[in-house]
Amino acid sequence: MTAPLHEPTAEAAPSPAEEATVATADAKAVQGRSLGRIAWERLKRDKLALSGGIVVLLLVLVALFAPMITSILGQDPNEYHENLIDPLFGTPTGSLGGISGEHLLGVEPVNGRDILARILYGARISLLVGFLSAVVAVILGTVLGILAGFFGGWVDSVVSRVMDGLLAFPQLLFIIALVSVMPNDLLGLTGSNVRVFVMILVIGFFGWPYIGRVVRGQTLSLREREYVEAARSLGAGRLYILFKELLPNLVAPIVVYTTMMIPTNILTEAALSFLGVGVKPPTASWGQMLSSAIDYYESDPMYMVVPGLAIFITVLAFNLFGDGVRDALDPKASR
Amino acid sequence: MTTQRTSGRRKQAIAAAAAVAALLTTAACGGGSDDGDNGSKTGAAGFDAANNKVAQADLAKKGGTLKFGAAQDADSWDTTRGYYGMMWNFARYYSRQLVTNKAEPGAAGAEVTPDLATETAKVTDDGKTYTYTLRDGVTWEDGKPITSKDVKYGIERVWAQDVLSGGPTYLKDVLDPKGEYKGPYKDTSADKLGLKAIETPDDKTIVFKLPVANSDFEEMLALVSASPVRQDMDTKSKYGLKPFSSGPYKFASYSPGKDLKLVRNTEWKQASDPIRKAYPDEITIQFFSDANQLDQRLLSGDLDLDLNQTGMSPQGRTTALKQHKGNLDNPVSGYVRYAVFPQSVAPFDNIECRKAVILGADHVSLQTARGGPVAGGDIGTNMLPPSVPGAEGQKYDPYKLATDNKGGNIAEAKAALKACGKPNGFSTTIAVRNNKPVEVATAQSLQASLKKIGVTVEIDQYDGSQTAGIIGSPSNVKKKGYGIIIMGWGPDFPSVQGFGLPLWSSKYISESGNNNYALIKDKAIDGLFDQYVTTLDDAGKTKIATEINHKVMEGAYYLPFVFERFINWRSDNLANVYTTDGYSGQYDFVNLGLKNPKK
Repeated sequence: MTAPLHEPTAEAAPSPAEEATVATADAKAVQGRSLGRIAWERLKRDKLALSGGIVVLLLVLVALFAPMITSILGQDPNEYHENLIDPLFGTPTGSLGGISGEHLLGVEPVNGRDILARILYGARISLLVGFLSAVVAVILGTVLGILAGFFGGWVDSVVSRVMDGLLAFPQLLFIIALVSVMPNDLLGLTGSNVRVFVMILVIGFFGWPYIGRVVRGQTLSLREREYVEAARSLGAGRLYILFKELLPNLVAPIVVYTTMMIPTNILTEAALSFLGVGVKPPTASWGQMLSSAIDYYESDPMYMVVPGLAIFITVLAFNLFGDGVRDALDPKASR
Repeated sequence: MTTQRTSGRRKQAIAAAAAVAALLTTAACGGGSDDGDNGSKTGAAGFDAANNKVAQADLAKKGGTLKFGAAQDADSWDTTRGYYGMMWNFARYYSRQLVTNKAEPGAAGAEVTPDLATETAKVTDDGKTYTYTLRDGVTWEDGKPITSKDVKYGIERVWAQDVLSGGPTYLKDVLDPKGEYKGPYKDTSADKLGLKAIETPDDKTIVFKLPVANSDFEEMLALVSASPVRQDMDTKSKYGLKPFSSGPYKFASYSPGKDLKLVRNTEWKQASDPIRKAYPDEITIQFFSDANQLDQRLLSGDLDLDLNQTGMSPQGRTTALKQHKGNLDNPVSGYVRYAVFPQSVAPFDNIECRKAVILGADHVSLQTARGGPVAGGDIGTNMLPPSVPGAEGQKYDPYKLATDNKGGNIAEAKAALKACGKPNGFSTTIAVRNNKPVEVATAQSLQASLKKIGVTVEIDQYDGSQTAGIIGSPSNVKKKGYGIIIMGWGPDFPSVQGFGLPLWSSKYISESGNNNYALIKDKAIDGLFDQYVTTLDDAGKTKIATEINHKVMEGAYYLPFVFERFINWRSDNLANVYTTDGYSGQYDFVNLGLKNPKK
């Protein structure tokens, strides 16, 4: 990228392509654009990814402010409304699962808890587990992957074999077994918090090899590049090379894999709660709602549709956004 | 979700979309016709037509295949080892006892009537000697006569708990309270009939000599664990795979968890059996892993009835109630569903804290969680189920659970908390089986209503197949801090002894498989049980049963949820159908017939 001259008289004709860029961007102060800025420009043009991103943002806001939203709506996720339940069938009396002005998405069968409030609170669990377990995986994967790739030798062998082992490990079965032997109190946490903590750690722990392998591969190819050679010949230390030369060039694949990991983790959390080893009652979770909806899929289908849609929309939004981020950061990558 | 990290995210999205589409299409089913309460074009007898009365007795024809379906196999088909009520009920097809339950609907079905014996016991020696004479013409499936020695050997098998575990042990406890006899497999006498408490002076006579009288002894002999077993046919722990038949049907094939087929025992003679009508030619059971699938097959008419007799699942129940009401009965099951407070876990050592939970709970909410008044049952107000003599039903309601306090009485509960020294409430843990969604729902209901009186509750869902080692172990209960345990109990035989002894007697507290979860050590209750077993007249027994129930309720050890009811299905083709208190409100299997044997 060339920098245009600042003389107002300069009438040197730029190439047509450059002219177009200058015209659409800020005509006055066009500077050299950073990698992030270029990616952002590309992302902004991808309408699908952008709408995914907006939904993700909304979900995060909804999760953060769930208590406020529900109190404005006058609902509590754990409050029973049995007057809205038909005692003969255990299903809501109103149509469409008891949808009314008060209960916008209806109420649960048997106990009449407000579904909207539970969906909002469920979003907290889903996103919390999805994000934090991704963070755990990224930290572990990046550190171990970069070390394995950079040092090679026995470090590489050990880390690679550990990754192979973990990839072959039946993660879901392990968590189910782990939860059944978990104590009720752990490190001062109680009840659902213990389960959330364990889920974050375990999902994150089993997730790091996916990132670790990518980071290791990238590091292997990057460490032989000229600029690393140059740094080394100028006497740069290992730490300097690792964090100042290699890591910045690994940011793109790490970001891409993180966006890819979050929806998968959300699905894993839903699956665990569905199987009854996720959060404990009465804490709301989408997977747990789906699980209890099975008994009512005919008599009260709305109860199954609502949490199903919540999971669907969330995963779709994250995936669309993640796709966009990848395209933006690395347009040459094949699909 | 597990290892396919690298596959396309779009694929995930498509899968999710397909799932949602599938959900939306299933939503379109439902609604439909109404058969009404009375008999219909389909031939169904009508709603509750077989509840405590006989439906369509005259329509039963000989022959055909009676088809059972079940979501759960029996614990064992060995007469000594089975403990499921449905197994006892079904075992009458291939086993006979000295005495058995009357083949009559309702309360009469719980009375004892002679079967192999010519008449009920001749009781002498202040209730310590029981003498029976065997009927003529009673035979095994190979045509040999059933002798008093076969009956004795069958009963002796109860002593072999190391090989044949699982069944009720009342006979052993009553006939040999000190445990002197070691069982037939360790018996050193030549004929293996070394048990001294039973005498067989000849092949037709059998005499029981009890060390201490027990007024329910004949009820115990009516259990299938008192069935005869022939020594040369005893395959010990494998006997449950192919029991040797003394009844009208014999085993043709059995694959555990898959299917079972009984065919006619041609050696059985109708004239020798006053109980069994033996209408069908064959009886089959098909086992399912999914209750919803079973309900579908019942609704479609492929199967005649549910072997388990524990009610339909919510899904099938709703469809059945809306579209096939005439095929349903709504009997009282004889079970009480309840929460119990182990006194070893503070603050439940204090009666006032126990009362606070009983008063603070929302009983209508608990009833709804159990399935509502029809599928769940009436609000439980005390611990004695209505089918047991001496029970008063909802008339005895010391905590006003079905009346004034049915929505929970927060003021009184808080007063009780104050008296307990916990004015601001406390926190505790509910233990609930993870394989019983209805019990988890009641735990959640309890959690929600107790929150209002400041009692914070954590729900621990334990492996429901490990009950004996988890909640049945008092030291584990204490270690885990299970202040509230959710359970249910039905009578082994309809008497306060058959229901309450394992639950309330201090003698029954044990380190594993304990059922006295509250750890009740009340001399008054123990004394009443001692008095009960020596009281021989029915009026006296009834009065003591009522007193025991009152003592238990006054101790506030239990929070009863419901006197349970079921919604049970009978097909259009079933005839001579009735529920019996002898088997906790189940249909009496042994006399079911088919209207159209060719179907």
